[in-house]
Amino acid sequence: MTMKTIAIIGAGPAGMEASGSLARLGYHVVLIEKEATVGGHLKNLFQLFPDRRPGKEILTHLVQTIKHPGIQIKVNSEVSEVQKLDNSFALKINEETMNADAVLVTTGFDLYDATEKEEYGYGIYPNVITSADLEQMFHNGKVVTEEGKTPKRVAFIHCVGSRDEKAGNNYCSKVCCVTAVKQAIEIKELLPETEVFCYYMDIRMFGPYYEELYREAQEKWGVMFIRGKLSEASQNMDGSILMKAEDTLAGKPLRMNTDLMVLMAGMVPSASSKKVAQQFKMEEGQNRFFKSADNHYRYNESQQMGVFIAGACVAPMNITDTIANARAAAVKIDEYLKN
Amino acid sequence: MWGFNITKTRAIDFDKNNREPMMEILRLEPSIRVCIACGACTATCTSGNLTPFNIRQLNVFMQRGEYQELKKEMHKCMLCGKCTLVCPRGVNLRHLILKTREVLLNEEPLFAQN
Amino acid sequence: MQPNYFDPFVLPFTLSMFALLTFLVFKYGSWIYRFGASDRKKVFKGFFSRNSWLAMKEIFMEGLLHRKIFKTNRRLGYMHMSLAFGWFLLIVVGAIEAHTFAKGSSPFYFPIFFRFFVPGTHESFFSDGFTQLMDLLLLFVLSGLFLAVLKRFKSVWVGQTKTSRKKPIDRVVLTSLWLIFPLRLLAESFTSGIHHSGGFLTGSLGTFFGVFLPINQLAYPAWWAYSLALGFFFIGLPFTRYMHIPTEMVLIFFRNWGIKLGVDNPVLMEVEINSCPKCGICIDTCQLSSMAGIHNTQSVYFIQKLRYHEDYNQVAESCLMCGRCEAVCPVAIDLNSIRLMHRADVSATREENFGFIPVQTRTADVIYFAGCMTHLTPTIKNSMVKILNASGDKYWFFDKEQGACCGRPLKLAGQLEAARELVERNRQMMMESGARMLVASCPICYKTFAEDYHLGMEVLHHSQYLERLMANKQISVEKLEVSAVYHDPCELGRGSGIYESPRAVVQNVAKLKSSVYQKENALCCGGSIAHLTLPLEKKKQIARETLRLLTVEHPQVIATGCPLCKKSFTGESGTKIMDIAELVAKALVAKPVREAAKQQKEPVYL
Repeated sequence: MTMKTIAIIGAGPAGMEASGSLARLGYHVVLIEKEATVGGHLKNLFQLFPDRRPGKEILTHLVQTIKHPGIQIKVNSEVSEVQKLDNSFALKINEETMNADAVLVTTGFDLYDATEKEEYGYGIYPNVITSADLEQMFHNGKVVTEEGKTPKRVAFIHCVGSRDEKAGNNYCSKVCCVTAVKQAIEIKELLPETEVFCYYMDIRMFGPYYEELYREAQEKWGVMFIRGKLSEASQNMDGSILMKAEDTLAGKPLRMNTDLMVLMAGMVPSASSKKVAQQFKMEEGQNRFFKSADNHYRYNESQQMGVFIAGACVAPMNITDTIANARAAAVKIDEYLKN
Repeated sequence: MWGFNITKTRAIDFDKNNREPMMEILRLEPSIRVCIACGACTATCTSGNLTPFNIRQLNVFMQRGEYQELKKEMHKCMLCGKCTLVCPRGVNLRHLILKTREVLLNEEPLFAQN
Repeated sequence: MQPNYFDPFVLPFTLSMFALLTFLVFKYGSWIYRFGASDRKKVFKGFFSRNSWLAMKEIFMEGLLHRKIFKTNRRLGYMHMSLAFGWFLLIVVGAIEAHTFAKGSSPFYFPIFFRFFVPGTHESFFSDGFTQLMDLLLLFVLSGLFLAVLKRFKSVWVGQTKTSRKKPIDRVVLTSLWLIFPLRLLAESFTSGIHHSGGFLTGSLGTFFGVFLPINQLAYPAWWAYSLALGFFFIGLPFTRYMHIPTEMVLIFFRNWGIKLGVDNPVLMEVEINSCPKCGICIDTCQLSSMAGIHNTQSVYFIQKLRYHEDYNQVAESCLMCGRCEAVCPVAIDLNSIRLMHRADVSATREENFGFIPVQTRTADVIYFAGCMTHLTPTIKNSMVKILNASGDKYWFFDKEQGACCGRPLKLAGQLEAARELVERNRQMMMESGARMLVASCPICYKTFAEDYHLGMEVLHHSQYLERLMANKQISVEKLEVSAVYHDPCELGRGSGIYESPRAVVQNVAKLKSSVYQKENALCCGGSIAHLTLPLEKKKQIARETLRLLTVEHPQVIATGCPLCKKSFTGESGTKIMDIAELVAKALVAKPVREAAKQQKEPVYL
């Protein structure tokens, strides 16, 4: 019997984990990544919630996983053409053509483009940043304002581009609440004198130990939570940001100045997902993420025979779920190829 | 005369409240049903920043059958539409206010305070 | 000897014609009677003035030739022209013919049934010329009728994707109208066949029918049928859309005599409503129909509801008021104003007022009013502040903190009383500043400042202000390496007639690309606050489709002059959306702050 080949598109946590599982099951895996390095968004994460484990640790583990003779890694590569054959797909990658018996799409997510919410001032006022920008600051070990000063106050804005019909995203991105709480604690650790506020609509602590992290933020670190959505922000003369929201629990409009305003930009289906969807004629769900063949039993199968999906290209997902989801997909692919 | 004072309860007496106007308002502009009370409308509202006109809260009262405050405040809205523009749920607040005014003004005698 | 020019079959036509004329005299008389005193005076003064001649010219161009319909749709234009102008010529030429050949005095119906009473007129070349001409005219009308029938079955053939739905009575009267000309053709042909007369059409047809039809027996009933068709049409006319035929003429006279539509003049509105021919041109042009699948709120349906006193509340609210229908309406009915006048004004009975708005005064040369929407698009606001600072003008940012609304959103929602109060409040403050100019960034505000505020100072949209700053060399710019298509906001373009200033500004700072959908034909972004009930998803649908049509030339930027347009487009567009103020701010060449700015006592707002 000849060895069967699986093409995996996207070498983020989902793609990497699935590659390892499938290779260990005895398949030949071609892992295709458009960027120069593997790891996807995980590369940008300084620490993971809820246990504050360095993102690098998981990345190292995943890199170990894909060091397997059965895995061929193609970085700086993109699928340019797809042809459906009887029981397989012919893929054109970097002018080479390969044959894949099954395809796993792990194209992940893009961050919501926060400049689209113009009233929040991202891209206009330098002291309005996104959670991804802040993560980068943590990497650099220094959180400062545009003017180079230590912020006396930092405000996190939940649900930017998520649960927002105006942004076209009605879904919840799931991870932003707990990320905000994690980042709030990180700020307090780094800058104990800094006041930290979280502006939320609902706090959604869906995972194990998330609620505990929320409690820790209140109890141990004195992070303050204000229930209200930011309506608009403007810049003061000194570069600080004036925020307008309603303190809905007080029932009054609230104004607050902050030195740094962090927008918790949500997840949107990635540009690569869109491209792949066209190439493989895959269906999108109402939320524009990939549509599963069945939401319970065939979660990792797309509507297209032989094309599987895993990770944040299916729905917003944290790292833990992404890894578990990738392994589930591997099992499904194994079953598919054995029949 | 029995030595008691009939004091009005502070509680929202949901069962005693007249819910007809509220049902009529919701029929004319049902989108308020999807409100998640984020308060963005109130935050951006010019009138709401200067007066007790809190469009989010007043709509909660309305949906519970409490109209006193709403009747007092509803004319302060300038209909500029910013609330509708910032609403993450796509609630048509501007139309809601228009319909609220219509219903509450037309059925005035129903709410004569006793 | 005076020949007998009577036969009972003329009665249906004659009696119905009298009935119609009596009705019209009373109807129009009552309108003039109900006009206010000043309008009534205008009618009497205008009657003998030069304006009556202008009106007649307009009636000829629009009522008969249908020039405006020709502009939007040639086939449809031809259809209307051949029916109206053709019929008109039939009457005029027929009357001349009849009077030329009548022996003695002739009754007024004589030209209509001329061929019956004077069946054979092969006496001279002259009379034969008339016969041929009349045949030609009848053919002309019939060709239009052919298109009209075609349109009823498949409107796309005459270039209309959607045509208006008809009421039952409309159908009855429409059928009688359709029958008039074929019946006339038959009656004249039969008679010509019997007498071996007639022109190229009626003569040949008569001979042809004579071969296999008992035309001797058929001729007389055909004349009856022709008269009955006319009778039905005239009796039904006041109750149907065909009322527009006489009323449109009256409307044109009223307009030329200077009578204007207004809240205080609902009578002219009645005239306009009765002038709607229900041609349905407003349907195709409406984006709610073509882009959002809403087919029951277009102006033709709204006017119909008003005319027949049906419940119009929901339809009144459901309109973008983009003015696209007004721009193409062949009768130039004030569709937006009429709709606005039918939005319930519940503000009339309110107790509270806007007394809570803080009164502020400041002296300045220029007042800058950003507008509510501009506060949600801070890039526009910041760009304007940057430009204002560079201009050296001493300005006052009127609504920097807690500005009131301009009042137009209230007006657009029909809340005229409340709007008036807000306007008065803002006006007071503006007047006290002693400014010479008011600059608004939002076309919605601009329109109301220019039309309702009567400030006695210049009111400019920022596009006009920017154009002037560049012309005066108050600011200098460097052309950017971008191509841009300019999207006309409804309130600025069709609403205020400002098309050139923003284009001049864009041309100064970028490469301006043109679009089919520009100026009078510009599209609405879908976000209009004039539509009180449109769900967000429909708004987005319109925005997406508009964007697709705007970007066929692949511009790098879509420039616009309205914060609401920008807001509606953002998120739906693959192309960058920028206000013209942003483009100018980006192209601004920094130069030393002017002396005037240094001396400014008030702080320059950053």
